[in-house]
Amino acid sequence: MNKEGKRRIWSDYQKEIADDHFFYVRSCIRQSFFPGSEQFFLNFLRNDLRKDVYENPSHTTCTGIGYHSDIVPLPTIMTVVARHFALMKESGYKNIAISCVTSFGIYAEIIETWKHFPEELAKTRDYLYRATGREFDIPENMAHTSDIIYKFRNEIAAKAKNKLINRETGEPLRIVEHIGCHYSKMFPKYGVGGAEFPNVLGGMVEAWGGKVIDYPERRHCCGFGFRQYLIQANRGYSLSNTAKKFSSMSPYKPDMVLTNCPGCNMFMDKWQYTMKEMEGTVYGVNGESIPVLTYEELAGLVLGYNPWNLGLQFHMVQSEPLLKKIGIEYDPEDKFKTKDGKQMPIPIDLINA
Amino acid sequence: MPESRNYYDLLMQDIRFEEGLNACMNCGVCTAICPAAEFYNYDPRKIVDLVQSGDNDGIEDLLKSDTIWYCGECMSCKTRCPRGNTPALVVMSLRTLSQKLGFFTESEKGRQQFAIKRTVGENIFKYGYCVASYAVNPEMHVEQGPIWKYILDHSHDVFERLGGTIDSLGAGPLRKIPDEAREELRRIFEITGGFELFETIESHSKKKAEEMGLFFKEEGIDNEYFIEVFTANNKKHTS
Repeated sequence: MNKEGKRRIWSDYQKEIADDHFFYVRSCIRQSFFPGSEQFFLNFLRNDLRKDVYENPSHTTCTGIGYHSDIVPLPTIMTVVARHFALMKESGYKNIAISCVTSFGIYAEIIETWKHFPEELAKTRDYLYRATGREFDIPENMAHTSDIIYKFRNEIAAKAKNKLINRETGEPLRIVEHIGCHYSKMFPKYGVGGAEFPNVLGGMVEAWGGKVIDYPERRHCCGFGFRQYLIQANRGYSLSNTAKKFSSMSPYKPDMVLTNCPGCNMFMDKWQYTMKEMEGTVYGVNGESIPVLTYEELAGLVLGYNPWNLGLQFHMVQSEPLLKKIGIEYDPEDKFKTKDGKQMPIPIDLINA
Repeated sequence: MPESRNYYDLLMQDIRFEEGLNACMNCGVCTAICPAAEFYNYDPRKIVDLVQSGDNDGIEDLLKSDTIWYCGECMSCKTRCPRGNTPALVVMSLRTLSQKLGFFTESEKGRQQFAIKRTVGENIFKYGYCVASYAVNPEMHVEQGPIWKYILDHSHDVFERLGGTIDSLGAGPLRKIPDEAREELRRIFEITGGFELFETIESHSKKKAEEMGLFFKEEGIDNEYFIEVFTANNKKHTS
């Protein structure tokens, strides 16, 4: 059978991901809610893989949350992002590694806008120069940080201390992956597998021994909706969409949810708490809620990192049921200790605790 | 403000509108996939259909309505439109125009722009971040649960274990953004129209607060008008 045509079509869904020398840009939400995830990413790339990852202290918000809640105009965000590209150029880097799916979507939208409307690129260059005296180049390679973990998923598998297998049954863990709308729904070519076959998280799960669980609302939004969460009066939108997803996945009995976007992670974790408080609803088995992990947290567990150095204790839904399933040994006494080993107070009313 | 009040022409000045609307054939796939249509009285197909008809009065009604503020900008409609339209981009251009013309204060959902400006908008200059842990007040975010208050109460220890000292200069999580960098952000907003939009939101909101008889303060969130727009829900948004 001639497979040439299929190969050509499939090539549209592949993504080239740089191998080294990354200009790393943090995420407002990931660093606020999941600092252990960003720490893992940097440690793993720098110390385990010996890659060059540079973080410029002058990098700011991309203003993406403001843009998607319509208080930041397009020319403004284009110029803020151009400033990031200028910092990258000045630091001698060409490959950008973005820790936030909202920012990733913003960068993609802006680069594509400049391609379709070259006069906007010229205007942005002028704005940036007038505002800061800086000049910029468009990155040669743009990766979300999950793309980079995906690229090195087999290296992680080779070093795995823990596989994503239920120790008791010997079966692969049942994992729901949530890509996040702005990763590839807007500009499919920037995502691994595009919008139709997104495999950035699925590829990790399979490489590490787990099984990806399909369910009807797999690609439904987490419910963030920007202004629909930022404003208290609108949060019913956000909560209802999360409830729709969890009701849809629940019959498939997932052991955990794996997320790409830090915002999605925060909502899918915190709204489970809210739904339990409001209605007593839990979506996992045995009266438990479903742990929601970032890809860095999961990679860290596979590599045998201490779960408490990854920050799993700072989710509302606690991960012990998952750790037990995998057979990860952990020290409960170490869970709420400072870096220097001093005991901190124990928080109360966490879920699955 | 341009003299012309042909709203379609004004929308065409926004490249997102030009990019987002080719020709809609009214198939309704956008509505089928839309998370906002799932829960709000919202139908992106109808919005795109009305806008492409060029009905000036109809577009003005839309600009003054709650309708254009229901979208969550997830952009799921972009992937699925068989004609390559992006209804969410059309909505974004409608929202921008509604604010420019001061129409946003005519609807409950539109008035909320003031609260977003006073929170996320101010964060950008105060901290250099749209969102930062210390700006997420547990009282305004009860859904974050007890762990959030715990993290804020023990920020130093939590962040030190998970990545470094926050609010310090140099690389690291939630680092202090240098004054020079925040000053550059400020100049970018000045030159590109960011502050102009902020001022437009402020001035129309102030006017509306007076009209509604609500106490308004020039800054901060501790005032009647902020609380009203942040919390008001007339329960007429869903069926």
